[in-house]
Amino acid sequence: MEKIGRFGDFGGQYVPETVMNAVTELQEAYERYRNDPQFLAELHDLYRNYAFRPSLLYYAEKMTKDLGGAKIYIKREDLNHTGSHKINNALGQVLLAKYMGKKRIIAETGAGQHGVATATICAYFDMECEVYMGREDMERQALNVYRMELLGAKVTGVDSGTKTLKDAINEAMRDWATNIETTFYCIGSVMGPHPYPTMVRDFQKIIGEEAKAQLMEKEGKLPDCVVACVGGGSNAMGIFYDFIPDKGVRLVGAEAAGRGIDTPDHAATLSKGDLGIFHGMKSVFLQNDEGQIAPVFSISAGLDYPGIGPEHAYLHSTGRADYVAITDEEAVQAFEYLSKTEGIIPAVESAHAVAAARKIAPTMRPDQIMIINLSGRGDKDVQQIARYRGVKIDG
Amino acid sequence: MANRIDTTFTSLKTEGRKALITYIVAGDGGFDLTENAILAMEQSGVDIIEIGVPFSDPIAEGKTIQEASLRALRSGTTLKGVFAMVERLRQKTDMPLLLMLYANTIFRTGTEHFFAKCEETGIDGVIVPDLPYEEHEEFSSVSRIHGVHNISLVTPTSHSRIAKIASAAEGFLYCVSSTGVTGMRESFTTDFDAFFGEIAKSAKVPYCVGFGIRNGEAARKMGSYCDGVIVGSAIVNKVAEYGENAVPEIEKLCTELRKGLDHSL
Repeated sequence: MEKIGRFGDFGGQYVPETVMNAVTELQEAYERYRNDPQFLAELHDLYRNYAFRPSLLYYAEKMTKDLGGAKIYIKREDLNHTGSHKINNALGQVLLAKYMGKKRIIAETGAGQHGVATATICAYFDMECEVYMGREDMERQALNVYRMELLGAKVTGVDSGTKTLKDAINEAMRDWATNIETTFYCIGSVMGPHPYPTMVRDFQKIIGEEAKAQLMEKEGKLPDCVVACVGGGSNAMGIFYDFIPDKGVRLVGAEAAGRGIDTPDHAATLSKGDLGIFHGMKSVFLQNDEGQIAPVFSISAGLDYPGIGPEHAYLHSTGRADYVAITDEEAVQAFEYLSKTEGIIPAVESAHAVAAARKIAPTMRPDQIMIINLSGRGDKDVQQIARYRGVKIDG
Repeated sequence: MANRIDTTFTSLKTEGRKALITYIVAGDGGFDLTENAILAMEQSGVDIIEIGVPFSDPIAEGKTIQEASLRALRSGTTLKGVFAMVERLRQKTDMPLLLMLYANTIFRTGTEHFFAKCEETGIDGVIVPDLPYEEHEEFSSVSRIHGVHNISLVTPTSHSRIAKIASAAEGFLYCVSSTGVTGMRESFTTDFDAFFGEIAKSAKVPYCVGFGIRNGEAARKMGSYCDGVIVGSAIVNKVAEYGENAVPEIEKLCTELRKGLDHSL
């Protein structure tokens, strides 16, 4: 049988039969519209006039001087409407759902950024929206819960398992299986059964396409290194994808090492995980010897996931991309560093990429260029960082 | 050696009876309870048993089985323990035993090693809820070498997929009564005449219905459409409710289910 939706051996469609017809229907709809001029025109109009694209490619002069290595540019996905790269994918999927005639959208969310993006576009298109969120994440990201509710979405807390992103996905899949004929599942990352990893990457690849063109204009050449944080991996796939054929461009993903990869409390899938089958895909997962999915830990609700998108697992296996693990402490230091150095407060997720950049940039020459993908802004994290630092603030 | 699932359906057909298939989560309430419950179910007229191997993230399950899986995992249930229980059971029964488990449990164990172990301990089939037709060969290429059936599922949302799934099915075809996850239902909205009519056209093996069957009356009604019924959450509920005293309650339920099913035409 021909293997569809595979990146090497990774990927596939390991989902219950109940949702298989919907997966096939989505696959066909996506094949039909991915190159449809009207669909693409509408999507790009939304990118430009609703999401505020293209996002800036910003020269981080002070950071460059301070680190004393590569010239550093920051791709400002934090400046998008809703404050992160998640809007790119949510626009694409909800528009596709509209073309497919679906009326109800469900989504899972970790940090709340994908939930907010999905709720936003559902408000815009006047569609029903329900977002599943782990109870623990609802506490960590209370601000985003209220934002989603303001936007008219129903936020459903998930109390099963570890009460985080993985469990929110489980519950969204159960909802999908139950309401399959009416409901479109808007997955937030480059994960799940085919066509999601490909489709989400395609909706995010504009990040890398823009960055490449913007850098060409400014510097007349390609970057030497591109750094992005990786949970499921959508912002990283988005900025990596257009650079994959450019072999001279080093691609680096920053995973969440939590309290350290030698402790049980981390979410560093590629550093410590094993091949497995879960959430619709064959990929790499943190799991025990019997295949039970491991509880994971990270200060960042958006990176707190025990798996990774199959295309990342593939890029890792072929050596095309490198993946490094960044601890909570390193991420928090980078959060503070970028705030003070450049006046940009990054999302704690994106701070993992900044932390990786702080390690790599000084090892590079001044004539070399690094791009950091700043996937989101950090307003949502301020309270949690204060708590981490033991600072008491109101609210 | 002939697969026990096949020989059981052959003799049921000769006797003009329908298959009663039940499900229990291994290790929920301890392995002794599971083992005793399985033997008691055989005595109460159950023909085939599905042994659920608990998984950390059972995405196809409703609350009842999710909670049972969690209880079983918390009390230290492992796949090794399940195989050890199957070996003990095989000293006492020759009924068909299947494992119901998620793809990652097989994959992580090592597909070849897993199915060799099934053959060695006397497991006749596996049901993998997150393995659709498109990915069946992931395990079928190995399971068939070891004489273990890899059971296929069809659902009311399978639509045009029913023919290809049903015609390729081995052992028996697991027909899911309605959309959603496992669990007891008050009523069904599926058009069963159309659903089973479609299945009957292509199925080369017996077909049985599961998801939501909770009592003798439901077994009687649903049994009329097919070759057997599968009852899971209603059994698992008894374990949740009665704990170590669940066996007599499970016996009572199985006797009722058997009676209902025997009145089903």
